[in-house]
Amino acid sequence: MNEKIFHEWQNRSLDDAIYECRELFEDTTFPTVKRWRDRGGKVVGHFQVNFPEEIVHAAGLLPFKVRGAPIEAVQADSRFGSYLCSILKTSLELALSNTVELEMFVTHPICDAARNLAAVWGRNVSYPCQILYLPQNPNSPHSVIYLRGEYDRLKRSIEEVVGREISIEALRNSIGVFNENRALIRELYEIKRETPWLVSADEAYVLVALAGLIPREEHNELLRTILPELRARGTRAQDKVRVVFEGGFCEQPPLDLIRAIARSCYVVDDDFLIGLRWLLEDVSLVGDPLTNLAEAYLEKSSYSPVQHDLRKPKEKMLLGRIRHARAEAAIITAAKMCEPGLEEQVAYTRALDEAGIPYFVGEFEESMTGFDSIEIQLETFVENILFS
Amino acid sequence: MPETHDIVGRANREGSALFQQWFTELGQTAETGGQAAYVFVMGSMAELLRVFDLPIVMPEINSLQTAVRRVAHEYLNQAEDYGYSPDICGYVKADVAVQLSNGKHPMGKIPRPALAVLTNACNTYIKWAEIWERMYHIPIFTMDIPGTRSCGAQTWPGNADFENDCRYVLAQIKELISVCERLTRKKFDIDRFREALQNANSMSRSWRRVLELNKSTPSVFNALTDGTIYLGVSNGFRGTVEGTKYFANLIEEMEFKAEHGIGTLTDEKYRLVFVGVPCYPLFRRFNELFSEWGGTFVNSTYLWFAAGGVNQEYEYDLNRPLESFAEGVLIYVRNAMDAMFYQSEALAQMIDPFHVDGVVYHPIKSCRTVSTGLADNRRALMASRDIASLFIESDMMDRRVVSEAQLKNRADAFFEGLASRRLATAR
Repeated sequence: MNEKIFHEWQNRSLDDAIYECRELFEDTTFPTVKRWRDRGGKVVGHFQVNFPEEIVHAAGLLPFKVRGAPIEAVQADSRFGSYLCSILKTSLELALSNTVELEMFVTHPICDAARNLAAVWGRNVSYPCQILYLPQNPNSPHSVIYLRGEYDRLKRSIEEVVGREISIEALRNSIGVFNENRALIRELYEIKRETPWLVSADEAYVLVALAGLIPREEHNELLRTILPELRARGTRAQDKVRVVFEGGFCEQPPLDLIRAIARSCYVVDDDFLIGLRWLLEDVSLVGDPLTNLAEAYLEKSSYSPVQHDLRKPKEKMLLGRIRHARAEAAIITAAKMCEPGLEEQVAYTRALDEAGIPYFVGEFEESMTGFDSIEIQLETFVENILFS
Repeated sequence: MPETHDIVGRANREGSALFQQWFTELGQTAETGGQAAYVFVMGSMAELLRVFDLPIVMPEINSLQTAVRRVAHEYLNQAEDYGYSPDICGYVKADVAVQLSNGKHPMGKIPRPALAVLTNACNTYIKWAEIWERMYHIPIFTMDIPGTRSCGAQTWPGNADFENDCRYVLAQIKELISVCERLTRKKFDIDRFREALQNANSMSRSWRRVLELNKSTPSVFNALTDGTIYLGVSNGFRGTVEGTKYFANLIEEMEFKAEHGIGTLTDEKYRLVFVGVPCYPLFRRFNELFSEWGGTFVNSTYLWFAAGGVNQEYEYDLNRPLESFAEGVLIYVRNAMDAMFYQSEALAQMIDPFHVDGVVYHPIKSCRTVSTGLADNRRALMASRDIASLFIESDMMDRRVVSEAQLKNRADAFFEGLASRRLATAR
């Protein structure tokens, strides 16, 4: 498929291009997925947080990041109980309302709620739905071998969907495309960290999030074009507090909330859509591609409340993130009813107390619309830091 | 031939005594500063830990005991004051409070953990163990058990995907043995392990037989109340001689009751299945909402998943103990997970042999593992079978989200519906 499914940003000024990216991101009809399908393409939806998209890409399918949407769960609400996060309901709503049509859906045992999704989803649609069992004991020396086998199982499932084998060359090619993508996103984060006045938190967020909506080749082209333009931006530095935002690993905070934060803070690092940046280094192109992907997931990866790894105590990892980003404070959030996020908040805040790092604690929901109160609280928090 | 008054109710009396014994021993361990292993009901690995003489602490059982004894709110408040959200698992919070109170518990003193072993059958197990890791800096071992990938897609020995999972579980079992050896300074004794496996085999066989015996009319035990006692022994004494003997006696009692037509209620009118986790803050009263109408619970998914999935037919092969243990742990724990995520088919299949009149779904705030898919499950069951069902939400720990009046209203309406249904069928 050579024709681009997202072209509106091309040949536009930087601000206009970012505007188009934001328009696409905020469009809850997911037009790029429709365009892909209109051209005969097939789509595999994968729920948050991390997924080996390379395998889907190598089959010539579009990996679509299922991350909910700020919509009403009209049909999905009746499929779930009361005490649940929003992302679960709105993600299913996208499927039930045929807003997003898929050939396959994959979820992960990231939390007690999400692991139910394969069963619930599977009872309501006709295409295959499954759980990818990413290892929860990465400290076992056998976990790489296990995960290699699990990726191979997934590959066979995708081959059934597409009706042909996925070759080793195709996998290597896809890993190369994704390596470039991750490198470009790292570069964007470097700009955020080193010169945060050049790109606001909401702009950077949108630029990254599009990776889950369009083919990676297109996303690479977008970032290759925009990153130099960001660096050349004439924006001046302001007197804002440098903060790390933590809590956006699964359900996503509304874009307006990120924008509200950006009005008083420089978000110099975060865990927004961390799955897109899960792998910290290039995946090797030499040797067995599935083993390389498995090793990268376990050995060269970031952290989140939904992966248990004795080598990565989350509060220490957060302190490391804050230090690395030279942040002065942290915004510690969790999506409403997000058990892993809420549990981690206790460890995070205690560690921050011990380290003497100021923090702001909050909760969000993807569909929330009022931000005045949180913005005022945040401004007070920032003023306390600036004038202390 | 035993006398009725000797045998009927014996399992409840013996279960209660065993529970007291268990907690007394834990209290002694706490007082002497001995080592204890914290484990969970789904994949406790008790068979292995017995070999190292590690007393077993089951924090889920400790927590539910605080609710049954109506003091859970004190523990929940303490954990919430410490920083934990009202929206997380109540079991976790009650345990956090027990730990902050130096093991103080209504049933005695709970020893500190020297080791925690957890599976991924519930993700909260993992987050929970991370709390102990931070509090005590102890070894925590995640026994990662891959579950069923999609509905009806279970694989079995001989299948390449099953073998990939099984090798992973076996490797972790060997790693756990090394951890236990280092911790206890005891060498792993394969013969003692075989004994524990043999006892576990006997208990699992008995568990399945007990569940089967409740096909009797009238039902010989109440799955919600009596069943929870049996469940406690099944978990707390897994792999032991005491547990094996208890279940042999239990079968004798249940067979006696079945043979003599002795039920749990004098007038059993409706046979129900319970889906979810019990409402421990109102444990007896919750059951009365049903028993007062002549309703009795003949089975429950709780007796499947909270028993670690041993309702699934499998026996350890003592000739290849480690390999077979890996296979069994994988099959059992996977089955426990299936009982939470993919249970609608199993429920549909039990309606006829158990003569089920209705299914009661009880999702709870505290447990998303069990509760997330129940509404959808109910839709699927009702699409496949013409069966009455009730959907009531409350909690297993937190009385703030338990409304007895609302529960009663819903239960009353459910029974009125069941009565109308029966009348309509009779016409």
